[in-house]
Amino acid sequence: MSAQTTSRTGNRHGSAVVTTPSDREICITRVFDAPADAVFTAWTTPDLVRQWWGSESEPLVVCDIDLRVGGSWRYVTRGPEDVEFGWHGVYREIARPDRLVSTEVFEGFPDAEAVNTLTLDERNGTTTLTVIVLHASKENRDGHLESGMEAGMQIVLDRFEDLVRTDN
Amino acid sequence: MSRAATTTDVFNAVAEASRRDILMAIGDGEAGVGDLVERLHLTQPQVSKHLAVLRQVNLVRCRAVGRERRYTVNGTALKPIHDWVSAFEQQWNLRLDRLDDVLAEMQQQPTQQHRSSQQQEKS
Repeated sequence: MSAQTTSRTGNRHGSAVVTTPSDREICITRVFDAPADAVFTAWTTPDLVRQWWGSESEPLVVCDIDLRVGGSWRYVTRGPEDVEFGWHGVYREIARPDRLVSTEVFEGFPDAEAVNTLTLDERNGTTTLTVIVLHASKENRDGHLESGMEAGMQIVLDRFEDLVRTDN
Repeated sequence: MSRAATTTDVFNAVAEASRRDILMAIGDGEAGVGDLVERLHLTQPQVSKHLAVLRQVNLVRCRAVGRERRYTVNGTALKPIHDWVSAFEQQWNLRLDRLDDVLAEMQQQPTQQHRSSQQQEKS
C-alpha cells in the first residue's frame, strides 16, 4: 500500500495512527495539509462526507447530518450483496472549527453507545485531527475494534478477489 | 491469528494497567525488579507478581546478572495485539486518505478552477 501514489497530496497517505489510550478509548490521529475549517467542513457536509466515509465497494447510501446541538446524524453503507450497516448519534457540542462532540451507536450493537470527540488543531496551515472514541465499557471498546478488524479483513479479501479476477 | 493458546494470552496479560506500565517502563532497555519498584511506586511483591505473568506469556525475557534478574520486553510477542489494532487502523487509514483527497480538491477549487476546467476540455 505504501507504493500507492496520487496526483494530489498523497504523501500523507497511510499515516493515520490508532492507539488505545485507556481500556475504554480508541484514539485516531491524522495530519492534513489543510486548514481546520476545511477539515471541519469536509467532516460535517453530507455531499463531502459521501466522498470519503464510505468506500467504492461500500458507499454511503444515507448521510443525514443535522448539525446543531441536540441534532442527530445517521450514516448507512451498502456493501456487496446489499448488506447494509448503519450508525447514528446526536451532536452534543459544536465549536467550529476545532471541536465536535457527538454520540455514536453502531446499529448492529444498539446498546453500545460511544462518545466521539473530534479535535482539529491547526498549526502553520496543517491540521492535526484527533478522534477519541470513548465507550461505556472495555467490552464495548474491544467489540468496536474487532468490527474494524472484520471490515479490514473484508478490504483485504476484496483486493484479493480483484487480483484473482485480473489474473484470469 | 492462530497463536499460542496457553491458559493466559498477551491480551489478558496487558489488560491490567500495571503490567502495561511495567512494559512501558522497561521499554527498549533492561530493568531489574528494584528499578521498576522505584520507577512505578509499586511494591516489590506486586512487581514480581506482574513480571511472572508477563514472563508466562513470553512478553518479557529475563537473564541473571549476578544475583539479580534483569528483564527486557519481547516485542514480537506483542504482535497479535498490534495486528488486532492495525486492521482497524487500516480501515481508518483508507477512509482518512479519501478525506485527504477531498480536502485537496476543496483547496484546488477556488484557485485552480480555470486550469482544471481547461483540463476537462482537453479530455
